[in-house]
Amino acid sequence: MAEVGLKNVKKSYGGMQVIHGIDCAIKDGEFMVLVGPSGCGKSTLLRMIAGLEEISAGEISIDGRVVNDVEPKDRDIAMVFQNYALYPHMSVYDNMAYGLRIRGLSKAEIDERVNKAAGILQLQELLQRKPRQLSGGQRQRVAMGRAIVRDPKVFLFDEPLSNLDAKLRVQMRVEIKQLQNRLGTTAVYVTHDQVEAMTLADRLVVMNAGVAEQIGAPLEVYAKPASLFVAGFIGSPAMNFLAGKISGDGRAVELAGGARVALADGRFASSAGRKVTLGVRPEHLVQDGAGTAAHFQLAIELVETLGADTLLHGRIDGKGDGLIVRVDGATMVKSGQTLALHAPPGALHLFDGETGKRLSD
Amino acid sequence: MRKVGFNNKLLPYLLIAPQIAITAIFFYWPASQAVWQSFLIQDAFGTRTEFVWFENYEVLFKDPTYFNAFIVTVVFSTAVAALSLGIALLLAVQADKQIHGSGPYKTLLMWPYAVAPAVAGVLWLFLFQPSLGVLAKLLRSMGVDWNPLLNGNHAMILVIIAATWKQISYNFLFFLAGLQSIPKSLIEAAAIDGASPMRRFWTVIFPLLSPTAFFLLVVNVVYVFFDTFGIIDAVTHGGPAKATETLVFKVFQDGRLGGDLGGSAAQSVILMFMVIALTAIQFKYIERKVHY
Amino acid sequence: MVERRPFSNLLAHLILWAGIIVVVFPVYYTLIASTHNPRDIFNGEIGFLPGGVPTENYKAALFAGAKQVKTTPATVMMLNSLAMALMIAVGKIAISIISAYAVVYFNFFGRMFAFWTIFVTLMLPVEVRIYPTYKVVADLGLLNSYWGLSVPLIASATATLLFRQFFMTIPDELVEASKIDGAGPMRFFWDTVVPLSRTNMAALFVILFIYGWNQYLWPLLITTDATMDTIIVGIRRQIVTSDANTDWHIVMATAVLAMLPPVAVVVFMQRLFVKGLVETEK
Ligand SMILES: Nc1ncnc2c1ncn2[C@@H]1O[C@H](COP(=O)(O)OP(=O)(O)OP(=O)(O)O)[C@@H](O)[C@H]1O
Ligand SMILES: [Mg+2]
Repeated sequence: MAEVGLKNVKKSYGGMQVIHGIDCAIKDGEFMVLVGPSGCGKSTLLRMIAGLEEISAGEISIDGRVVNDVEPKDRDIAMVFQNYALYPHMSVYDNMAYGLRIRGLSKAEIDERVNKAAGILQLQELLQRKPRQLSGGQRQRVAMGRAIVRDPKVFLFDEPLSNLDAKLRVQMRVEIKQLQNRLGTTAVYVTHDQVEAMTLADRLVVMNAGVAEQIGAPLEVYAKPASLFVAGFIGSPAMNFLAGKISGDGRAVELAGGARVALADGRFASSAGRKVTLGVRPEHLVQDGAGTAAHFQLAIELVETLGADTLLHGRIDGKGDGLIVRVDGATMVKSGQTLALHAPPGALHLFDGETGKRLSD
Repeated sequence: MRKVGFNNKLLPYLLIAPQIAITAIFFYWPASQAVWQSFLIQDAFGTRTEFVWFENYEVLFKDPTYFNAFIVTVVFSTAVAALSLGIALLLAVQADKQIHGSGPYKTLLMWPYAVAPAVAGVLWLFLFQPSLGVLAKLLRSMGVDWNPLLNGNHAMILVIIAATWKQISYNFLFFLAGLQSIPKSLIEAAAIDGASPMRRFWTVIFPLLSPTAFFLLVVNVVYVFFDTFGIIDAVTHGGPAKATETLVFKVFQDGRLGGDLGGSAAQSVILMFMVIALTAIQFKYIERKVHY
Repeated sequence: MVERRPFSNLLAHLILWAGIIVVVFPVYYTLIASTHNPRDIFNGEIGFLPGGVPTENYKAALFAGAKQVKTTPATVMMLNSLAMALMIAVGKIAISIISAYAVVYFNFFGRMFAFWTIFVTLMLPVEVRIYPTYKVVADLGLLNSYWGLSVPLIASATATLLFRQFFMTIPDELVEASKIDGAGPMRFFWDTVVPLSRTNMAALFVILFIYGWNQYLWPLLITTDATMDTIIVGIRRQIVTSDANTDWHIVMATAVLAMLPPVAVVVFMQRLFVKGLVETEK
């Protein structure tokens, strides 16, 4: 068990920089998830922690020791690959025992450790099989087993669930989380799936184009996204964005379409007149009840019923910006209808019109 | 072989006829002739033939020159297969290591495949020609009394070198393809498991390469058996004193000198069975695909 | 790369370059030798740099042949080789593609028998049945002819198997679609199968061209007329065991000429070559 520290870590391939200086302190026993769109550099960052890629600049430390020039085998980490990377010519047992044998453990101890891991992962029956005789989920477990028998300081996962079908993915997700809880080993987990990220993470790093946009606990990231990018990436369906500017008195946002959305008591007085993007999550828009003034008249164009919830797609006044609203599944709405909507001040997010950064509140 | 097709009655026969005809005329008929003749003995004038069952084979197995050809073939093929596979594997592993791609090395190493065995033989003969070859001179200056025209061992070494040289590129291409088909993550997993580069090679890479290696072994043996005829004919003519006379060369030589048709046919039949056996092994092995 | 070991990387380069030098040297030296005059060659005094007669030897080789042992000019021999290689390559591809088409797309009586009849010939080279085949060719009166040089070598299963394997990957829907469009079997063959097979045909052509060009034993046996010699056989005829009589300068030039076409094919059609090589050997 150990902390992992990243200090201004950069990576370039040839002349092209793909990681632009990332700082992050992963605590002992923490489950840290790196999440971001394809090509943003998650795998690259993880592989630098593993020692599979050279670190172009900056410093990575594991358990207080700088490991920039330490080979993977001496970093005391274990990794689960996206394609599992099981040795096809070795049995499940040998796959798990391989690293232990290299480290020169006694036969008895290897046996004990492998059996214990197999017990945890319910692989006892499969120990003599070859990887090709296993199902996808079983292979995934073997890959996990290979990581845990070594009892490393850090687990590294690179999209370990992306080759599984949807149902198995949910099941394995739970198992991974439970396993990590139980072992208490520090884990760094890469995924592009935000649901996976939200459910697994103690904290997450939201990455975009080689930059860490935000580091924080899932709910914190959800509640206070640090940038337009994070706001759009975390949460499904994505947050609604509306262009506008802060009114002269700083008490409301005037939208391009003419509507006025009131802000909580003048916290943005100093930014009066500033161009902003107003964000509001589909689940936070409320139908105009008694006592609140409607902000938008939404002309519904499409209704998606998900069962528990219903998603309504529509346009403001039938011609302006598109909005999505999440309402209770029991709500009966038809396309063509118009809905009066209200955006509560507490649920509003403001982002700078130029930089996309969150405006402090 | 597939669910959807056409129903014409005559057309398929027309389409397959040329292939079958050529196969029958130039393959099955001669092959059966060889088998048939191997059971016959002809008198010196070619006027009378007699069916003698396996007598031709018995004579062959007692013939010291046939035994010699057999030994020569074994030595020759073992040496060429071992050397060309070993060298090719070494080169392929180094080329596969290259971060900036193996492309240029591949281009530089693969073209000897296109050189005819007989021409390969001539090139090396010229280098090792006792009186004017540059490498022969080098050997002399080092005190070796080099003369492949008189010394059987020297002749053997020379044909082994030429045959190996010609075969490296073929093995290299297959080994490289084999190496490149091993997922990178497997090597990385082994590195994280703590295996040193050497250990990774022997416990992960090599076992995964073994189907390729086995396939190449069989192909190389067949190559040495047959394709090297050109090398031997060009470089040593089977000499000196039959020191480099392989089985195929002997079939050719005995047949050309004429006379013993039955014996020559028996030699052909034995060769045929050897190749069939090798092919069968090959298929069995491919079927099982060892590790996958 | 998993480890950063400059030394091991340097070693890798050294090994590769050593390999390349070994591979290139004989050919380089031949190229050098082919530009020296006969006297220097005979005395073994040619060094490692080009000699003074870059074109004379080639002229002699191309248009006259060796002098001490009379041989055919290389132009004639190269034409023979070209004819043989082209006939083998084109012939094999043509008969293989139609037989594979029959086996894959038609359900006819004796289909499996036909398939196995072809399949069995897979690995039996002409060398093992050389004299009986010679006799067949002689009886057919094809000695010393292009037909005799090429047709017997056209019988081989490799190409048929390759096409069969490829046809199996063409989706059934394509057949169904063209049936619905009203295409018959030959129409489907020309309009769909042949265009789809183009890369495979090209790859196979590269391999078979080299195979045909480099044939040795068969042409040696069935051509007695020197004007029918292929260039590979011709080189052999230029070498005399009592070497004082060998015109090495002509041999070297002829060797270069003999290597040139197939090597050029490999180098310039590298991708097709590798594809053909790997796929025909499956
Ligand atoms: N070996 C390499 N050489 C050059 N560029 C590379 C190399 N490996 C990765 N890159 C580039 O670095 C960037 C980050 O790649 P990385 O694999 O880390 O993305 P990722 O976030 O893991 O994406 P995905 O979700 O698709 O796996 C990409 O733009 C990629 O093209
Ligand atoms: Mg990735």
